[in-house]
Amino acid sequence: MTQSPVFQQMLDVLCPMHLVLDCEGQIVGAGPTMRKLFDEAMLSGAAFFDIFTIRRPREITDMQGLCATAGTRIYVMYRTDPPRELKGILVPGPEKGQVTLNLSFGISVVEAVQEYELTARDFAVTDLTVEMLYLVEAKSAAMEASRQLNERLQDAREEAEEQAVTDVLTGLKNRRAMDIDLERALSSLEDVALMHIDLDYFKDVNDTFGHAAGDFVLQEVARVMKEETRSTDTVARVGGDEFVVLMRNVRENTVPVRVAERIIKRLDAPITFEGHPCQISASIGTVLSADYTAPDADHMLRDADEALYHSKHEGRGRQTMHADLLAQQAATDAGGAA
Amino acid sequence: MHGLVNRAIQRFVTDCYGEAQWRAAIKRADVGVTEFEAMLTYEEELTTQVLTAVSDVLDRPYEELMEDIGTYLVSHPNVEALRRLLRFSGVDFTDFLHSLDDLPDRARLAVSDLELPRITLKEQGTGYYRLSVQSRIPGAGHLFTGVLRAMADDYGALVFLEHQGSENGAEIVGVSLLETEFSEGRGFHLGARAG
Repeated sequence: MTQSPVFQQMLDVLCPMHLVLDCEGQIVGAGPTMRKLFDEAMLSGAAFFDIFTIRRPREITDMQGLCATAGTRIYVMYRTDPPRELKGILVPGPEKGQVTLNLSFGISVVEAVQEYELTARDFAVTDLTVEMLYLVEAKSAAMEASRQLNERLQDAREEAEEQAVTDVLTGLKNRRAMDIDLERALSSLEDVALMHIDLDYFKDVNDTFGHAAGDFVLQEVARVMKEETRSTDTVARVGGDEFVVLMRNVRENTVPVRVAERIIKRLDAPITFEGHPCQISASIGTVLSADYTAPDADHMLRDADEALYHSKHEGRGRQTMHADLLAQQAATDAGGAA
Repeated sequence: MHGLVNRAIQRFVTDCYGEAQWRAAIKRADVGVTEFEAMLTYEEELTTQVLTAVSDVLDRPYEELMEDIGTYLVSHPNVEALRRLLRFSGVDFTDFLHSLDDLPDRARLAVSDLELPRITLKEQGTGYYRLSVQSRIPGAGHLFTGVLRAMADDYGALVFLEHQGSENGAEIVGVSLLETEFSEGRGFHLGARAG
């Protein structure tokens, strides 16, 4: 390549991705990185427009058009598979009639360094490409670490939720905790009473005064139930407005009936939320494990539910012992048969 | 202290000595955690407590342990990503040495709340440098001795390193660069990503 050695050296160091063209458009000089990208024999003396096309700012096919772009950014395509686009700028010189084109990969440099196995020495010392590659890699590593942390936290959260035993709104136990307590009591052959409590008119409170009022009522109800039961009893919120009280060491009706009466009485009084009286009541169905020959959690819960349904049916705000319900049914059956 | 630092200590112990030794060390440290998360922040004192416990459990002098951790960070395949990030700093070992002053800033660019020791490199004569390392973790100079030794191997340079004690709260490491192209070193491609 015919080129002044001093200029060539300067350009090689300062702009390793440069090309020098003569007035005919013939390549007369190329920086070391350009020589690495292309076969040197292919570049030397080749016509610029045979290897490259210029698409932006507009299509340019001759030297006159190319020289006119001096000082503004141009986009140069070269035919590879896939075709790659370089950005660059053209200045006249170094010799009269020549132009020098300095090129860069732009944002596609991340792929280009892989494809051409470029090293830090292929870029000018002042070029920030290597710093950018460092950042891309460092940020990806940091993002990956964060992603893994998020994944582990998500797993831990799901696990914690699964193991949670508390109802967040009321601070009572949840259904899961109640199931565990009941199973435990039955398997150790304890005598228990199981009360299924459903609030009456709760939906009206929600509909009339909003969910904040509903939440407040549920919290008040929870407080009442805690106050009216013993510390050894389990009070759980098992649904939107459904509660279960598991009473320990109970063989007879006396205690659950008394507790239920007090709960019903206290919940009969309106609960005031932001000046509005919220009127609810409680319907209760109760079973005793002592009434079963082989008490079973599912069976007891089903029977308590049936007794609760009976309380609702009979006009709400009352308790039904499932044993009484059975006796009543037996009497009706016997009466019918007589 | 940033979780990345504590996590690095944990990985060093598990990768080089096994899970059981880590469990023994973290139990001995009694710091209320059993594992470190890389992207969380922990109490400052915890790091030194863990390092002391590791030194006790492995029955290694503290200074040697720190140097081993430094070597591990550069040369173990499980932390290849870190070696790559360090190699971005310089085209050869001399270039790398001169970039060490920028290390804390480089680290902060990647992880904004990561604080690395302040490092100052002074050239004392041809091929002889004096590195001062200022850190809240005692033994950081020993750790950097390990890092530099491994990085010299990585670049294929022959160096003589010597921890020269402390001065004004900073640890001093003497670096004699005997030969820059002593061996082939390990390859480094800008575009190759560590898995």
